[in-house]
Amino acid sequence: MSSRQFAYLSNYSIYSAMFLYTIAFFSHAVEVAFSVKNSGDSTQFDFAKTDKAGRIGTAMMILGQVFLTAGVILRGLSAHRAPWGNMYEFSITGAMAFAGAYLFALTKYKLRWLGLPVSTSVLLTLGTAVAVLYRPSAPLVPALKSTWLIIHVSAAIVSGGVFLLANTIAATYLILDRIESRGERNEWAKKLPSLEYLDQLSYRLVAFVFPLWTFAVIAGAIWAESAWGRYWGWDPKETWAFITWIAYAAYLHARVTIGWRGRRAAWLCLFAGSTFLFNYVYVNIYGSGRHTYSGL
Amino acid sequence: MSTETPLGGVALLRWTWRQLTSMRTALLLLMLLGVASIPGSLFPQRTQNPMKVRDYLATHGALGTWLDRFRFFDVYSSPWFSAIYLLLFISLIGCVLPRTLEHLRAIGKEPPLTPRNLDRMDGFATLSQGDLDKAEAWLRKKSFRIRRDENSISAEKGYARETGNLLFHLSLILILVAVGVGALFGSKGEAIVNVGDRFINTPTSYDSLAFGKFQSDQSMQSFSLRVTDFSAKYDPATNAPQDYTLTVAAANPIGSSEKKVIIKVNSPLTYANTKIYLQANGYSPVVTVRDKSGAITFHGPVTFLPQDGNLTSIGAIKVPDMNPQIGFVGSFIPTYDRNSKRGAFSAFPEVLDPRLLLSVWKGNLGLDTGIPQSVYRLDTSKMQRIALKQLTLGQTLEFGEGSITFDGWRSWVNLQIVDDPGKLYALFGAIFAILGLLLSLFTRQRRIWVKASNQVEIAGLAKNAAPGLLEELAQLKKWMEDEL
Repeated sequence: MSSRQFAYLSNYSIYSAMFLYTIAFFSHAVEVAFSVKNSGDSTQFDFAKTDKAGRIGTAMMILGQVFLTAGVILRGLSAHRAPWGNMYEFSITGAMAFAGAYLFALTKYKLRWLGLPVSTSVLLTLGTAVAVLYRPSAPLVPALKSTWLIIHVSAAIVSGGVFLLANTIAATYLILDRIESRGERNEWAKKLPSLEYLDQLSYRLVAFVFPLWTFAVIAGAIWAESAWGRYWGWDPKETWAFITWIAYAAYLHARVTIGWRGRRAAWLCLFAGSTFLFNYVYVNIYGSGRHTYSGL
Repeated sequence: MSTETPLGGVALLRWTWRQLTSMRTALLLLMLLGVASIPGSLFPQRTQNPMKVRDYLATHGALGTWLDRFRFFDVYSSPWFSAIYLLLFISLIGCVLPRTLEHLRAIGKEPPLTPRNLDRMDGFATLSQGDLDKAEAWLRKKSFRIRRDENSISAEKGYARETGNLLFHLSLILILVAVGVGALFGSKGEAIVNVGDRFINTPTSYDSLAFGKFQSDQSMQSFSLRVTDFSAKYDPATNAPQDYTLTVAAANPIGSSEKKVIIKVNSPLTYANTKIYLQANGYSPVVTVRDKSGAITFHGPVTFLPQDGNLTSIGAIKVPDMNPQIGFVGSFIPTYDRNSKRGAFSAFPEVLDPRLLLSVWKGNLGLDTGIPQSVYRLDTSKMQRIALKQLTLGQTLEFGEGSITFDGWRSWVNLQIVDDPGKLYALFGAIFAILGLLLSLFTRQRRIWVKASNQVEIAGLAKNAAPGLLEELAQLKKWMEDEL
């Protein structure tokens, strides 16, 4: 097959994945919305009623993940390289990493309540990628031609996916915490795990992926040394990667050494995650420096 | 601190040291370093883009001047950034070294005494049978450290957590040292070399060269490079560069026999701590200038600087040996195209249909004023324009005082030559940091106690509520009750 055919196939896979994620999104929406049970004055929820919808949602996400992965691989095949050359490619791979982190965590934890926010954010990311960020498949500029592309970028993308998942959970924590501070959880929120569980889960995700992020930064430094003549040059992207690293280091210290839990820890987690997002969105699109591969 | 009045110099110093080396201060300084690095990503930096800084200063008036006064365009070498960096360095050492000593001492020691009331600990259980010997056998099998007292066992496992933690922080110190060594003992310079020319590694060969505080030109690596070929490939559809290959004949040390070496963007040439990188490329148009009598007053390639992705390049040609002095402001277009909006421009970065646009100036070049001038710009304040013309290859422009011929062009490459003796330490630091991090984040540190009085009791405690302790205690219970 030619490069162009691979590129077409990749696009079709991405569209198919979007279609499947849309079904997943509606299924999860149905799961939440139609579990309402009218019983006199108060609103009650009965999730047993809509369990099937939730399971369809998960099935569609797994299938969508297969197509998304195929789309990413085909994109790489069409360009004869790792598919991480511009922002469109970063975004589809990032969506894959985020949904992958969710599906992987789903095998270990009861996380299906996250299905709605996860499918929504994956759809939004893919939508933006296809509508705004799309660039035709092309070979890499000389500076990107290195094995480190695969090592550095994959580590960064996987870290990003897990960071964002931890953020979603920390945000859920804060919402539930608010609900609980006003009284008992409503029926809808009763389905979600306890606050302690969410608190521990977001911490474990961060602790698990922090070494990987450290590695991504170091791999970037090693690569920068061979491509640009210095291992650290305070390029805007490097600076923000460093800030993200510090923010998560502070989060881990706050938990392990000072003993922060709950609300304060969740806010710190959200803050650290937002520095990562800022780096991805702002520095890629508006920033200057050497990491300008967005193709925009 | 009301109970403690600093008595004098020594007490004050001791107090300051204690404050500086507390973990809270170290964390605060780390956060501060993060915050302090933000302006460097928002304002243009001299080390990265001096032109942008100049533009910013020109367009922002007083604001720019004040920002510059506080070193916002040299954030990473500013006194305030260095101060945070140094304080963090000292604080880290003060924080980590005592803990390392403490840990080293703890390694040889037994676990602490069994607490009196086990029922306050996690996973407390009373067993139906079993004795201390049996418990000890199980704990030994699981390689716990064991303290056996008369009627209790105190066991601990997971010292590697602290070992990893300390390894990580010591590695961070090593990285900070490496960065310092690189800055103090290193050097970094750039030189533009035309294809066909030779570069000899001495300070005068550089266009710009910066030494660390403790580095001098005595210690420069001895080598020379003759640029024999440079080829650039571009994508015909997108004009994006696809490959740069630089071929040099290298002699190391100077005067030894030359060897052919290929330098690419991701594979620099390495001589000990010195590395030679291919950083940028462009074109030097070759011209011949003649005076009225026809005698050659200038001949050779002149380096022009690229202005866009298609390598439209601008530069200046200065001929001081004519009377009056003559200067040219030039624009080199590798692949000529024009439209009504942009005028003449380059449509492709390779040289397919070159043009040289020249404006000719006569008067005083201003080279004798003692004020340093850019070789790429002509100071036309004391000059007068006498001609303007676009030349194709081989064409000659007559301008009254003489003539100029567009003979051809040569490629140039920008070599970046970096000597960083701290690099290797930084790499080691990074590797140990990751190993330490993994060790400390994935080791579970916990204690298990067994007490035998009227009945046998077990309980445990895990550091940072690490998971798995309760399962472990349940296993121990099963073992003791002979269910395993």
